[in-house]
Amino acid sequence: MKKGVMRPGHVQIRVLDMDEAVKHYKDLLGLVEMDRDDQGRVYLKGWTEVDKFSVVLRQADEPGMDFMGFKCLSEEVVDQLRGELVEFGCEVEDIPEGELKDCGRRVRFIAPTGHAFEIFATKKQTGKWGVGNHNPEAWPMGLEGMKATRFDHCLLYGPNLDETLDLFRDVLGFELAEQVIAPDGKRVAQFLTASMKAHDVAFIHHEEPAKFHHASFFLETWQDVLKAADLLSMTDTSIDIGPTRHGLTHGQTIYFFDPSGNRNEVFAGGDYHYPDHEPVTWDAEELGKAIFYHDRALNERFLSVLT
Amino acid sequence: MGEFLQVTEQCSGQSFRCKAGQSVLKAMEQQGLKCVPVGCRGGGCGFCKVTVLSGDYSCGKMSRVHVPPEALAQGQVLACRIYPLTDLIIECRPQQPAAGHMNEHTTTKAMR
Ligand code: FES
Ligand SMILES: [Fe+2]
Repeated sequence: MKKGVMRPGHVQIRVLDMDEAVKHYKDLLGLVEMDRDDQGRVYLKGWTEVDKFSVVLRQADEPGMDFMGFKCLSEEVVDQLRGELVEFGCEVEDIPEGELKDCGRRVRFIAPTGHAFEIFATKKQTGKWGVGNHNPEAWPMGLEGMKATRFDHCLLYGPNLDETLDLFRDVLGFELAEQVIAPDGKRVAQFLTASMKAHDVAFIHHEEPAKFHHASFFLETWQDVLKAADLLSMTDTSIDIGPTRHGLTHGQTIYFFDPSGNRNEVFAGGDYHYPDHEPVTWDAEELGKAIFYHDRALNERFLSVLT
Repeated sequence: MGEFLQVTEQCSGQSFRCKAGQSVLKAMEQQGLKCVPVGCRGGGCGFCKVTVLSGDYSCGKMSRVHVPPEALAQGQVLACRIYPLTDLIIECRPQQPAAGHMNEHTTTKAMR
């Protein structure tokens, strides 16, 4: 049941070298730089996003994800969910307004997988970049690289998937859209949505907590995915796999790495989910096909290369 | 121009040429060898960890979790982030992907 969580609002990613990272996310992915703060963090977004930013880069000596934030309908929703998170047994931390520039207060909690998440309701809206919302043109001039349209989801690796599903479903109102089940009945992957999208956040079972698999960005078409692959070769960027199609969610995809080794995805298409849909289930024996629909085999990197 | 350095991986006995300024991992991949596992190629995942037994090299940025200062001092580095200055002998022990250091880095807490 929906409880007022709308969408992925932001992800803060650690990078080893800020200049290289900005070049990657701006010039190659085509995100738009929106701001910087006195900690040296850089704020970016995809051009279709109405909020001021969705990707925050922070320089650190270890790559990975600091946190992922979900935007809620209202401050009342944040208060309500904060209470329920505490009741659920989550440690919550109140992050004051302005800690992220032009973002309201956030409530941070650690999921049983070890990842830090946040909920918030207020962020400055600057509108779709370059087009606005009054008689808007189809797309703005001046976009770079892959012209990524929005930050779409993250895939995260960690333990305790059952408890994490309880938290996201029962407390935050996400739905289980898709899952992978091992022969012993254990759920080893879960794709969760707060919207109609195939996934807003996904988890794969892994013993080590709090690992980052990828942040994903949406493109319009399969042709755009092919062009993204061209750009990766033109810039000699580290490719993981693709272009191909996922079995899970059926999106058309390519995986690659940022200069610090964090995995990115750009994808197009994919399934949708309504609240009355049963979860889609894949058997773990079919995992190769579930992940890479054409190769029908996993590359080892997919399961073990993480930041 | 045209300066090649020789890199030898001790466990497999394989040897390959590396251009000055090229990473050891990239040189290995270009010559179709597999003696060092290839991950992110960005110094982030720790997949390509090797020990340099002899020779000089310069280093790019590497994740501190996979290469803490003590390890660096002992030549335990990431092949995707080292650039030979002389011929190198490296060793890549067949390793189980890191499930070992589980509680070492819950970095999520301290940061915002
Ligand atoms: S391949 Fe990831 S650290 Fe070298
Ligand atoms: Fe994805």
